[in-house]
Amino acid sequence: MNRLKKLSKYQVFWPIVIFLLILLVNGIVSGGSFFEMRIVDGHLYSRIIDILRNGSKLMLLATGMTMVLATGGTDISVGSVMAISGAVACTIVAGGGNVAVAILVAILAGIVAGAWNGLLVSKIKIQPIVATMILMVAGRGIAQLITNGKIVTVNSDAYYFINGGYILGLPFPLFIVAFVVLLVMLFIKKTAFGLFLESTGVNPISSHFAGINVDRIKWMVYTFCGMMAAVAGLIESAGIKGADCNNAGLFIEMDAILAVAIGGTSLNGGRFSIPASLFGALIIQSITTSVYAMGVAPEITQVVKSIIVVVICLFQSKAFKESIAKKLNFRKAVKQA
Amino acid sequence: MSGETALIQMSHISKTFPGVVALNDVQFTLQRGEIHALLGENGAGKSTLIKVLTGVEERNGGTILMDGEEISPRTPQEAQNVGISTVYQEVNLCPNLSVAENVYIGREPKKGGRIDWKTINQKSKELLARFDLHIDVTKNLDNYSVAVQQMVAIARAVDIDAKVLILDEPTSSLSTVEVEKLFDIMRMLKKQGLGVVFVTHFLDQVYEVTDTITVLRNGTYVGTYTTADLPRVQLVAKMIGKEYGDLNQRFISEKSVKATGEALLSLKDATSAGSIEGISLDIHKGDVLGLSGLLGSGRSEIVRLIFGVDHMSGGEMNLKGHKLHNKGTLAAIRSGFAFCPENRKTEGIVGDLSIRENIILALQAKRGMFKAISRADAQKIADEYIEKLEIKTPSADQLIRNLSGGNQQKVILARWLATNPDLLMLDEPTRGIDIGTKAEIQKLVVQLAEQGMAVIFISSEIDEMLRCCGRMIVLRDKKKVAELNGQEISEAAIMHYIAGGAENEPA
Repeated sequence: MNRLKKLSKYQVFWPIVIFLLILLVNGIVSGGSFFEMRIVDGHLYSRIIDILRNGSKLMLLATGMTMVLATGGTDISVGSVMAISGAVACTIVAGGGNVAVAILVAILAGIVAGAWNGLLVSKIKIQPIVATMILMVAGRGIAQLITNGKIVTVNSDAYYFINGGYILGLPFPLFIVAFVVLLVMLFIKKTAFGLFLESTGVNPISSHFAGINVDRIKWMVYTFCGMMAAVAGLIESAGIKGADCNNAGLFIEMDAILAVAIGGTSLNGGRFSIPASLFGALIIQSITTSVYAMGVAPEITQVVKSIIVVVICLFQSKAFKESIAKKLNFRKAVKQA
Repeated sequence: MSGETALIQMSHISKTFPGVVALNDVQFTLQRGEIHALLGENGAGKSTLIKVLTGVEERNGGTILMDGEEISPRTPQEAQNVGISTVYQEVNLCPNLSVAENVYIGREPKKGGRIDWKTINQKSKELLARFDLHIDVTKNLDNYSVAVQQMVAIARAVDIDAKVLILDEPTSSLSTVEVEKLFDIMRMLKKQGLGVVFVTHFLDQVYEVTDTITVLRNGTYVGTYTTADLPRVQLVAKMIGKEYGDLNQRFISEKSVKATGEALLSLKDATSAGSIEGISLDIHKGDVLGLSGLLGSGRSEIVRLIFGVDHMSGGEMNLKGHKLHNKGTLAAIRSGFAFCPENRKTEGIVGDLSIRENIILALQAKRGMFKAISRADAQKIADEYIEKLEIKTPSADQLIRNLSGGNQQKVILARWLATNPDLLMLDEPTRGIDIGTKAEIQKLVVQLAEQGMAVIFISSEIDEMLRCCGRMIVLRDKKKVAELNGQEISEAAIMHYIAGGAENEPA
């Protein structure tokens, strides 16, 4: 019990519990078929693997978004950056270019987009939501320019591999996520970046007075967030085997912010946890999957999804938990009296 | 004046905030046709008194009579309705609306259910003309200088049938010519029978324009005086809290100082637009240099300039004989500077981080992002300073915002001591701190200097400065007016220079 209490102090604790709960509910409702695993042609198939694979884009976005939110900012352009990245890569591949070059250029485009956001926020001091809205709106136009307004389809098995490939029986996007997250966690662990980031988010003025280059920190995280969006855009476009500038990553920025919020990182900036955000992303993905699996009519899935999200948010809210605890204690006190 | 009821009569006003008594039995009387200065150092209770009068804060006790009738405004709107208007330091109008709209916002004349623009523009023009202000009232407010905006704010305040006009530091952002114009307007309003309350830090202006002075100190009422009868030196004494007679009894400082050899840091004609003008000073190893002066005199601005927070627009700065270009705070830290800013809450602590993280923050910044201090080392550093400075906390994991003000200040001090600086700059390090901790910090400052650190010390409390400083620079109106060494430092001398130096020589 005591150990559980200690564990529950970690930010990642509740997101994991909620995720497992959702899986459990799914398992019960489906009568166990939810947890079935089959190996077909050396590939592992199961609902859980589906959730992980489909959630990979959101996990990447959540990783970048966590850092942006930790500075107290926000980035609503990630969906559009995904579209740009897909458009760039698909145009190159469709034109007969090398897939590796296409990937590199697409990621570079994401970095440029993120650096642009960072410039607007840190140097020109535009409110983050407004600054990134510029690219959110303009980004899809830029993507259209790149593809000449058409949906570019690609015919390249190497490119398809980004989303559909398997290594050791596991889908390739999982390896991308694992690689990125490992690298990021290592960077945070081995450098003082995490401390500087949290300090910047809590009090940028004090941080500046303590010698932290607040502007540079902000610039870095927006750039990184753009890069993550570009990678997510690659997975997306490889999945649909082409670049759809209008629909790639549409409204996904909201899911990314939500994933971080469910993970328990404050939107006001400060303390953050990337693992918690990853589970936040998985929670969103598993809700989507399970709502479909339970046979909820597609017209109302969004409503069901949002109800579940509200419940989770209440569950994560300290004020709500405290008021519930107060009421319970009051009842206990009454009973004892 | 005699026999008439006063315009505003505030008596036995008290106001407490959790843990702080902001006003204790304060009185304030304003007559018709009077310009009344409300003076006091930071934290004296001036702004709280004004907030009580204008309904921003509710008083805990006391009465306010206006024309003999009790009033209790609960919102600024209510205060305005009874005729009390306020113009704040920062213009609080809407810069993106036209001048005329700003004048009439919230009380637009209507014609057939629609706003009557013609009348608004016409009347605004006439109103401003009375203030000798001939501008295009249909242009947006932000097309005009702060001074004009200030005038518009005053015009608006007066036009709302004001009987009392409160000007809260209206001159801080105005040029000399603009200040003169403002004073003309104040005199004009006085002739019309308004009562004007004038809050300022500039003593010259007090003597130029006011009739009466009320001084507050530490939330208590010191006295009300006729401006013409109160010499400056005495006014400063009342503000700072020493009677003039006591001043000569200061204890003699044994810390006479060896201002010899090469200076650690020297400023030559350092100027920063709008905050300091032509400051020259030298700091040596082992010095405790005090910067004395009223708020806004440039005392904080000098250290902000040295630390690279503010930009130096003229002059030069030398570190151990080498020219130094201040390129931000990190460069300053790497040059061996450390700075505890005046506003601990907003510029010092990082509230949601632990004591440990707060302590290593500057050291980590100095080392750079890629040379991370390990958790174990950080813990060691934090524990060392928690013990050395006697920071009262269960552990270094405690969030800094849960500590008391004094302990927070010690953590900030620890943050800077951990960087092992050559020059430590302390701006009001003991404000809002209990007496015991105050003494500890003062002792620490002297100890550090004995170990060879150079210290710049700023405080509004002269007692504290006398106890700690071996040398003292006195500032007035953004300029250095005197430099005192060892034996020359005395409250009398400091106040003499703060109050106006040679022009106001006491016998």
